[in-house]
Amino acid sequence: MSIQLSVFYLFAAVMVLAAIRMITAKNPVHSALSLVLVFFTSSVIWLLMEAEFLAIVLVLVYVGAVMVLFLFVVMMLDINISQIREGFVRFLPTATIVSAIMIVELVLVVVSKELDYARAAVPATDISNTQALGEVLYTDYLLPFEVAAVILLVAIIAAIVLTLRQRPQTRYQNPGEQVKVKRADRIRLVSLKSEGKRSEAKRS
Amino acid sequence: MTSYWYAIPELYRDVIVTSILIVAFLLVLMGAVAYVTFAERKLIGYMQMRMGPNRVGPKGWFQPLADALKLMVKEMILPTNANYFLFRVAPILSIVPALAAWAVIPFMDGVQFSNINAGLLYVLALTSMGVYGVIVAGWASNSKYALLGALRSAAQIVSYEIAMGFALVGVLMASGSLNLGDIVREQSGNIGHWYVWPLLPLFLVYLISGVAETNRAPFDVAEGESEIVAGFHVEYSGMGFAVFFLAEYANIILISALIALLFFGGWLSPFEGPTWLMAIPVIGMYLFQGLSWLTDLPLIGLLLDSGPHWFLAKTCFFIFCFLWFRATFPRYRYDQIMRLGWKVLIPVTLVWIFVEGVAIAFEVGPWFD
Repeated sequence: MSIQLSVFYLFAAVMVLAAIRMITAKNPVHSALSLVLVFFTSSVIWLLMEAEFLAIVLVLVYVGAVMVLFLFVVMMLDINISQIREGFVRFLPTATIVSAIMIVELVLVVVSKELDYARAAVPATDISNTQALGEVLYTDYLLPFEVAAVILLVAIIAAIVLTLRQRPQTRYQNPGEQVKVKRADRIRLVSLKSEGKRSEAKRS
Repeated sequence: MTSYWYAIPELYRDVIVTSILIVAFLLVLMGAVAYVTFAERKLIGYMQMRMGPNRVGPKGWFQPLADALKLMVKEMILPTNANYFLFRVAPILSIVPALAAWAVIPFMDGVQFSNINAGLLYVLALTSMGVYGVIVAGWASNSKYALLGALRSAAQIVSYEIAMGFALVGVLMASGSLNLGDIVREQSGNIGHWYVWPLLPLFLVYLISGVAETNRAPFDVAEGESEIVAGFHVEYSGMGFAVFFLAEYANIILISALIALLFFGGWLSPFEGPTWLMAIPVIGMYLFQGLSWLTDLPLIGLLLDSGPHWFLAKTCFFIFCFLWFRATFPRYRYDQIMRLGWKVLIPVTLVWIFVEGVAIAFEVGPWFD
């Protein structure tokens, strides 16, 4: 067995275990951390396929940013496990349908004749994956790429607008006023008369 | 002996040699980290008109060894109801990215562990992973102060990473490559060709967000000893604490090395260009008469020429800056940190990337022609 193949099996095993752990863990923080491990190992598997750009961007975006914010939220939740258990039977029919659809989709992908594994394994040209992706994105697919960027921007602005509500009890700083503050506004120098007689009396 | 060596298949021989080199490098790096802590205590001591540590060994030079020994023999206390596994894993999560990022750092022309094309992205991805150590430590400690520190750190690192990424986009545009070696080679010429001149605002943004990413003063609200005791590592003792400490200083050295590579021409000499300078003969022409090989050695020329010593010197300067900042600036308030990151640094980078694009379009020399 070559080194590459053994590395693949090692990381694939870790990935499957982490994925199982993610859906079985009772504590949501453990689930989120397992998901981080899944992303990381799948990025290693992409590296083995010489898709270095995708692999690094997966770590950069999903592990480095998205999951950090996810953990941020999950850590602050006070989760009652028994309450989650109650919902299990209620959501079972919906969950069964959704998972059945996903399984059918996966099987269709695996058995389809369209998918060419040989081409997926070997890079199409001599140039590196990073360069190839950049050239394709900024020439052939420029319009879809820009449209996707605009859609994401709209989503960001929408999310910010949703949180932007002024409540009367919210207190906040005005940085402009803070910057404008002069020394004279904050400090008042008072010259106090010394208590002459007593201090002189002490000295003598 | 050599016959045994050549009996091993070539692939495994490479693995063995690389592993030995990596271990050797990590030992050197750990030594450097230990003495950066010493340098910090001494320098800040002098800046505050104190002596700094001066009891262990001559002038206190063995202080880091004593510290290391003390931390190693101390007990690691596990807080009540802490998550055992995550509590132990967190220090490892914080030090591994700081060490792994060195794989793509070129020390001189062609000398690096791995010459990958997406080197800059790799470094950015790994530095963004360092935050997990802090978050996991804060959560697993089952302590209010630790959790507060972790939350502050997570928000801060995610915010400053955007500014940091945009600053790197500027370097990428100027050099046209993600390979760290190529980025340095694009800056060859002399001191005027370094990217710090055309990308001065991006350099400042990178320096500031580098300080913020390593959770150093004045952005050390994740530790904030006057507010939340020690933040995320308040429950750690012994080796666990030591590893967090190592990770922080390894990150400082890494960020300093990256600044030297990206903006200050890495291993390149500032006097590059005039060849007569490199040919200045040996300093000890009269000192070492008799030892002919020494007098023929162009020592000054060698020093003025490009080489790893320039990279080391530049890196050391930025490490000094990190320590200097700590002695100079008071800690930022939390909302001021957020404001600086989102409302000052990110707009500056966006504007300067646009300016740089115009400069590249008009081929402004000597950087973009």
